[in-house]
Amino acid sequence: MGKITFIEHDNTKHVVELEAEATLMQIAVNNAIPGIDGDCGGECACGTCHMIVADEWFDKTGAIIDAEEQMLSMTPERANSSRLGCQVKATEAMDGMTVRLPEFQM
Amino acid sequence: MSTKISTTDAIQTKVINTTSRVVPMHSQIKALKLLMKAKKKIIGTKRPQINFVEKPLPDVTTLELADIDTSNPFLYRQGQWGAYFKRLRDEAPVHHQKNSPFGPFWSVTRYEDILFVDKNHELFSAEPQIILGDPPEGLSVEMFIAMDPPKHDVQRRAVQEVVAPRNLKEMEELIRKRTGEVLDSLPLDKPFNWVPTVSKELTGRMLATLLDFPYDEREELIGWSDRLSGASSATGGEFTNEDVFFDDAADMARAFSRLWRDKEARRKAGEAPGFDLISMLQGSQDTKDLINRPLEFIGNLSLLIVGGNDTTRNSMSGGVLALNQFPAEFAKLKADPELIPNMVSEIIRWQTPLAYMRRVATQDVELRGQTIKKGDRVLMWYASGNRDERKFEAPDQFIIDRKDARNHMSFGYGVHRCMGNRLAELQLRILWEELLPRFDNIEVVGEPERVQSNFVRGYSKLMVKLTPKS
Repeated sequence: MGKITFIEHDNTKHVVELEAEATLMQIAVNNAIPGIDGDCGGECACGTCHMIVADEWFDKTGAIIDAEEQMLSMTPERANSSRLGCQVKATEAMDGMTVRLPEFQM
Repeated sequence: MSTKISTTDAIQTKVINTTSRVVPMHSQIKALKLLMKAKKKIIGTKRPQINFVEKPLPDVTTLELADIDTSNPFLYRQGQWGAYFKRLRDEAPVHHQKNSPFGPFWSVTRYEDILFVDKNHELFSAEPQIILGDPPEGLSVEMFIAMDPPKHDVQRRAVQEVVAPRNLKEMEELIRKRTGEVLDSLPLDKPFNWVPTVSKELTGRMLATLLDFPYDEREELIGWSDRLSGASSATGGEFTNEDVFFDDAADMARAFSRLWRDKEARRKAGEAPGFDLISMLQGSQDTKDLINRPLEFIGNLSLLIVGGNDTTRNSMSGGVLALNQFPAEFAKLKADPELIPNMVSEIIRWQTPLAYMRRVATQDVELRGQTIKKGDRVLMWYASGNRDERKFEAPDQFIIDRKDARNHMSFGYGVHRCMGNRLAELQLRILWEELLPRFDNIEVVGEPERVQSNFVRGYSKLMVKLTPKS
């Protein structure tokens, strides 16, 4: 389906396969990417799968629902292109996308 | 009745806010205390004084479901809570207790259902407070943990920077140094009480730092916190004298107003703001005049004091107890200290230092076939969710390399998720990183003593004997 690159806060890069139907949080966790916790298991309730999508890819990640916005607003490292990985489903259009991980998951 | 009380409280709050510009905050609170006393004398109090006397609790299997009362403050102390909550999870996962000393309330006890309640803040309001019982009459302090969005969001944002990455990194070395100091001063030749010597001492030092509170007066912070969360009418705790709460509130007001004014003056004189909580509040547009809203000022400060005190303290004690009850895990830890971060999550799951958070239904809500009526109080029992066999395998076992330990609900979920979670983990991780190279064994000698509360799951006494590394 294509590749996605996770970049840790210390710039370590991880290029992994996009999996159809999986969320970016699940993909990160399945590939043991350090820096993604996903404490609530994908319920949009903990904010610990925070990712910062590269600007040019942001509009490929879909709409942000209120609950996600609320959780993101509590993250000190929030950026304009922040998303919760559990709320973004992988699609073909994301082939080649890069996302950066914050220093801390709050 | 409760509407009437909250209207009176709202009027008092308004009066206090208006006069705070001319009357010092602590004098206002003293005046409030006299007013309440006079009122009680003349028209009596509507709130019954709750005074709990400990009696052995019945075995849960002998009770009718309707008679199970999870608000009993001795459930944890007597080691009965596990059986009580297991029965509720299995037979009445959304359970109504109609006649508790705190009035009627619902208990939600399964992981999945607690998550549902916690996530849906528009169905379940956190206002006016997150503990079961009422605060002393007239002293209805406001804190953001007990506010709904959008007011909650604004106030939380103002203070969350205190535990943001920049501060956490600054704090790590300081925490390690202090932890080392405390551990190096522990007696090696005789048993001692771990709770005041280590757990209280370390969390007290941390609090003083976060608040930039005078370091040698930090005992004050601990006392305020213990009495706030130990109020009999609120949590079934051991403190029954309501006058003391007013005195505490006045003392806190005095101490924190002094800190606030002092910082304000230093900032005006050109000094760069610090990374402490009060500096952060002063630096935010939304909270820079918080001092003019005394009950909110005291409320938010006491929230941060209690939030950083009972919680981490009891996880610091709980970890020692857990490793003693599960010695194979202690061996596993010594063989592989890399397990510490995961063990920290497992300690927080196993201990669950705060048993529940309270909500109030904003409309009728159907949950597992029960109808929670608008206005009903709902307790989300995190302590039960963390032992839900539907979610965790062998939930009563303490397993330091448990795969899904991080899924524990001790920090809550949704907008009220614990703001200090990373700091708490940091403190616990450092404690164990510093303990392992120093001691071969931390042996619990004697039965631990647990506090009286339906809210705080904590220890007052945990006697241990250390074996230094040979």
